[in-house]
Formats: sequence, C-alpha cells, structure tokens
Amino acid sequence: MGELKLMKGNEAIAEAAIRAGVDAYFGYPITPQSEVIEYLMAEQPEERTGMVVLQAESELAAINMVYGAAAAGKKVFTSSSSPGISLYQEGISYIAGAELPCVIANVVRGGPGLGTIQPSQADYFQSTKGGGHGDYKLYVLAPASVQEMADFIQLGFDIAYKYRNPVMIQSDGMIGQMMEKVELADQRPRWTDEEIKQMHDSWAAFGKGDHRERNIITSLDLDSAKQEKHNHHLQAKYRRMEEEEVLFEEINCEDAEYLIVAYGSSARISMKSIDLARAKGIKAGLFRPITLYPFPMKQLNAYVGKVKGILSVEMSAGQLIEDIKLAVECNVPVKHFGRYGGMIHSPEEVLTALENLIKGE
Amino acid sequence: MMDIKDIVKEENLVYTKTKLMTDNILSYCPGCGHGTAHRIVMEVIDELGLQSQTVGIAPVGCSVLAYDFMNIDMIQAAHGRAPAVATGVKRTMPDKYVFTYQGDGDLAAIGTAETIHVCNRGENITMIFINNGIYGMTGGQMAPTTLEGMKTSTSPYGRDLKSMGNPLKITELIAQLPGTYYVTRQAVHTPAAVRKTKKAVFKAFEVQKEKKGISFIEIVSNCNSGWKMSPVKSNEWMVEHMFPFYPMGDIKVDGELVKSNKAEVKS
Ligand SMILES: Cc1ncc(C[n+]2csc(CCOP(=O)(O)OP(=O)(O)O)c2C)c(N)n1
Ligand code: SF4
Ligand SMILES: [Mg+2]
Repeated sequence: MGELKLMKGNEAIAEAAIRAGVDAYFGYPITPQSEVIEYLMAEQPEERTGMVVLQAESELAAINMVYGAAAAGKKVFTSSSSPGISLYQEGISYIAGAELPCVIANVVRGGPGLGTIQPSQADYFQSTKGGGHGDYKLYVLAPASVQEMADFIQLGFDIAYKYRNPVMIQSDGMIGQMMEKVELADQRPRWTDEEIKQMHDSWAAFGKGDHRERNIITSLDLDSAKQEKHNHHLQAKYRRMEEEEVLFEEINCEDAEYLIVAYGSSARISMKSIDLARAKGIKAGLFRPITLYPFPMKQLNAYVGKVKGILSVEMSAGQLIEDIKLAVECNVPVKHFGRYGGMIHSPEEVLTALENLIKGE
Repeated sequence: MMDIKDIVKEENLVYTKTKLMTDNILSYCPGCGHGTAHRIVMEVIDELGLQSQTVGIAPVGCSVLAYDFMNIDMIQAAHGRAPAVATGVKRTMPDKYVFTYQGDGDLAAIGTAETIHVCNRGENITMIFINNGIYGMTGGQMAPTTLEGMKTSTSPYGRDLKSMGNPLKITELIAQLPGTYYVTRQAVHTPAAVRKTKKAVFKAFEVQKEKKGISFIEIVSNCNSGWKMSPVKSNEWMVEHMFPFYPMGDIKVDGELVKSNKAEVKS
C-alpha cells in the first residue's frame, strides 16, 4: 500500500506530479488552484527529483513553456482555472496540432468572464469540443475525488505519450479545495536523457545527431492537401481513443428505471441523491463518465429500452446533456438539472429534479 | 573551351555553403536580409560544432519556415511566443544551446510581454531579432518599429505618431534589464556588416556557453517587398532612414551598458 495522506485535491495533484517523474511544471496563479504551484514551490521538487517549477508571467507564457519542454521530449504538467485556461487555448491548439504529449489540469470556476472563484462545470464544451481553433480533441479526464486527482496524473501521462496528445484533467473548485484521504503512488524516477533519446528520437527536438534527419515540431503546413492529410491522421487517432480509451463507472444501474448521468463533483453529489431516491422506492442509478472525451457513447446507449428517463446533472446551464442526447439518440427522455455560476446543488435538489422528471414535469 | 566541371573543383573552392543550411530553396524574396541572417547563425553553430546540441525556435512571420532551411532540430512557435517556448526548452535542458529567431512584429508587438520577461529572468538563451520595420509576411502592415512618416498598408499616409504611437526601440529597453548580458545592433547588407554580425553571433553563443544570461542581437534588415523598393534601393533607404533611428553597434557588453547608450537613455 502506498503512503496515505490527508490532502487537498490541488495538493494531491501536485504531489502526484512529482511522484510521476514529471520534468517540469509551468503555471500562473489563479484561484481556486493556486495551491498547485504553491505546494510545488514549497516542496522544492528540484531537490527531490530534479523537477523544474517556474512561475510564468502569464498563462500565454506558461502554456508555451509547456509546448517547448514537451517538444524537447520532457514530461510536462501545468494547471490553471477557467479564465487562465481560456488564455491557454492558443497554445493547446498548437500542442494538439504538433502532437505533443502533456497534462493540463483545469480546476474549473464559475463564469463567464472573471465570474466567481466558486466551483463550476461550465467549461465542458471548452474541454471536450475543441476550445481553441481547428479540428482537434483533448483526452479529458474528470476526477470525482482527491484520490482520482492524484491517480489521473499517471494515467494522463500514459495516454498523452501513447497517443502523443495533450490530456486535460477537468476538475473544479470543490475537488481542488476539499481534503480527503489519498493513497499516493511510489516515486517514479524521471526519465534520463538517454531514455528520452531512446523513446523519442523519432520526433522530439533535443538536438540533431548525425544518425538522423533534423526533427521539426510544427503545426504548419502551407500545402492544404498535406494539412488535410495531417488532419486525417489526427482524426484516426481520436477514433482509436474512442474505441479503446473510454472510462466510466456505473452505480446501482443494473435494475435502474431512471439514470442520473453526472461527472466529477456532480457525480459525487448524485451518489447521495440515488441513495435518497432508493430509500423512497425509486429505482435510480448513477452513470458516471470518467472520460468526458472520448464520451462513453455506446456504453450509455446500452440503456436505451431499459430506462424510462435520464437526468443530466451538471454545475452548468446544460452542456453535458448534449452528449447524453447524442449517446441515446433521443430514444430516452433526457432532462438537465444543475445550479451554476458558482452555486453547488444539494443531493435533495437533485432528488427533487429526478422526481419532477418521473412526474413528467 | 573550359567546361563548368573544370572550374568546380575542390582546389578552386573559396566558399561553400555550410552543411547546416539545407538545400531547400529559400522562400524569401530575392534581396531580403532573412536568408543572409539564417546563414550567419548556421555558420556559427557549424563552426562551433554545436549542431547536435542546439535547438532553434522559429517565429510566425516570413521566417516561420526557418526550419525548412536550418539543418538543426527546430520548434515552430505561435506568434510572439518564441521566448516562452525557448524557456521551456532551456529550463529542461540547461546544457543545450537554444536560440529564438524573430521578426519585429513577433518580438516587439504581440510577444512584447514574453520578450521582456525572458530578458528579465535572464534565461540563458540567444535571441536573434530581425527588425525590418514592417510586417513582411502578411503583406506590409505597420509594425511597432515602423518609422515616423513611413508608409505601410495600414499607415497608407505615413505613420502618424499622435494616433499610431512611436516606433519602439525594444532593444534599448531590454538592455536596461539586469538579465541581459550582451545586447547589440547589427546589419547584413554589406560584406563588412556580415562579418561584424557573425562576430556578434559567435559572442552570443559564447555568452550562452558561459551561462551568463541573455544575448540579444538585433539585425536591422530590409524588406524590399514590403517597402516596395528594389533590393538595392531598399538597402540605401535602410542606411539613410533606419540606421539614424536604430544606430549600429553594441548597446550592452559583459552586462554593462556601453557609454553612449547610457547617455542616450537619459536624454
Ligand atoms: C495570433 C496571430 N495573429 C496574427 C497573425 C498574422 N501574422 C502572421 S506574421 C505577422 C507579422 C509578422 O511580422 P514580423 O514579425 O515583423 O516578421 P517579418 O515577416 O517582417 O519577418 C502577422 C501579424 C498570426 N499568424 N497569428
Ligand atoms: S516580404 Fe519582406 S521580409 Fe518577407 S521575404 Fe519578402 S522581403 Fe523578406
Ligand atoms: Mg518585420
């Protein structure tokens, strides 16, 4: 068993990054996730593993530092919250276009604009439907506990390197700020220069040896036919992720007549709501997408003909609901419920929304 | 009669292109200074034997395709972000050599924040800054460096300082920061200027080797297409108009401002 600690989600993700053998973290402070860089600065990972931590002058700079280090074949992690993630979008589009691996955490807060510092899930579209310009996809993981904040770092890097694609961990101010028991993974050594050379010599820009052609990291191709081909390649990669990398959880779904579909904090809250519903004799189950992209389309579609209705619960005005409707192809009635703008729904509010759905309201 | 084959022989060679320039045909307009500047940087890296230890960062601008011509590992950065990209590379590979190659729009407009902060942190990199007073790539719009009265496609009646702001001497500005160690302004329009610039680039990589901080080389260059002049005329115009405002020479050496610049900054 790994080391057990009581930690905030933001601290757990930072500690997990050190232990995953990350080479560098670049970031810029923003609530509710400043504990990530504060924890890293206090921990001095340079001494522990040689990991570099740098406070950039802006999110524009931070994400481009990520781009540079990832281009050199280094394992890079960064984190921010909604307004900062908006500034990341240019860089993320370049990173996706140039096919660089990295892990980015978004500890979402209420918007739009400067919004609020309280939790929200209103960045679902931004994370899953592009965010920046061009046809690209991020692999998006939604942790529902402090444990998952920690675990998704290593999982994120595994996927990022398997597909050479940026990975987004989308949590929110609640998961980032709350304290829970977490079991930490053992320290992995950072890759040596020799290991990086062996693994990434075919693409990374760390200095051209005589044995190979120069490596070029770019997202540009002025020849549109070639750019289209590159896009085909990216799309094939995304289809492969959709086939092979979907993650989800089902709670009390076997005999369910009604489903709540929710991720992250909303899933945590809805776990209580289905207990309350069952106590009242309502056969309710919780379907939790763990990957927001690729979304568990087929897995949710399997409930068509089995359940009478689906309640989409999200701290937003209704973004997740669009993917649910696509998944069930409008063969099941789907309703949205959620508080937003920084407000958090209670389990009882979710139960009432479920009862209203059952009543057909 | 003598055949070309009789002439192209090892013993007759007085000059060869460095192997650090690829055989790809340059995408620059004939007469443009970019190609010469590329060659100088590649010659220096070649002569120092640093090909396997150097990573270059290309900007957005006419030199966006620098990686097509420079035979080293290269990273193409978003518009203005090359200094941040270079920081990511250098911080994780402190023993490698890293340089950015940027135009004036890239370095002194959209990327001003990245430029100032990379210099302020004193990242141990080399910055090559091609100042042609215009946005060459996008068809000749006004740049932060465009001179007063200079006509461009977005200042068709000439740059008006009142409404369009002043030409920015970013090089003098960053020379004030403690993180910069060697700051100089050069050109590439004559053989003598090329030799001086090459010396400056050598020095810059030397500074990087000694881990002394930023070395920053501005190259005042022509954009004959954007300026709508013949190559020869553009170089004459550059000497006559650009050089008085952007004077040639060292601005900071060994971390110390040179005297004439101390005076100029005060006035
Ligand atoms: C975010 C963004 N904004 C605008 C552009 C369009 N753009 C491309 S190059 C350029 C100006 C380049 O000028 P400069 O840096 O002076 O380089 P030059 O071509 O003169 O060498 C602009 C505005 C872009 N590619 N990206
Ligand atoms: S447009 Fe200007 S800067 Fe660009 S290649 Fe032509 S002459 Fe050079
Ligand atoms: Mg220019």
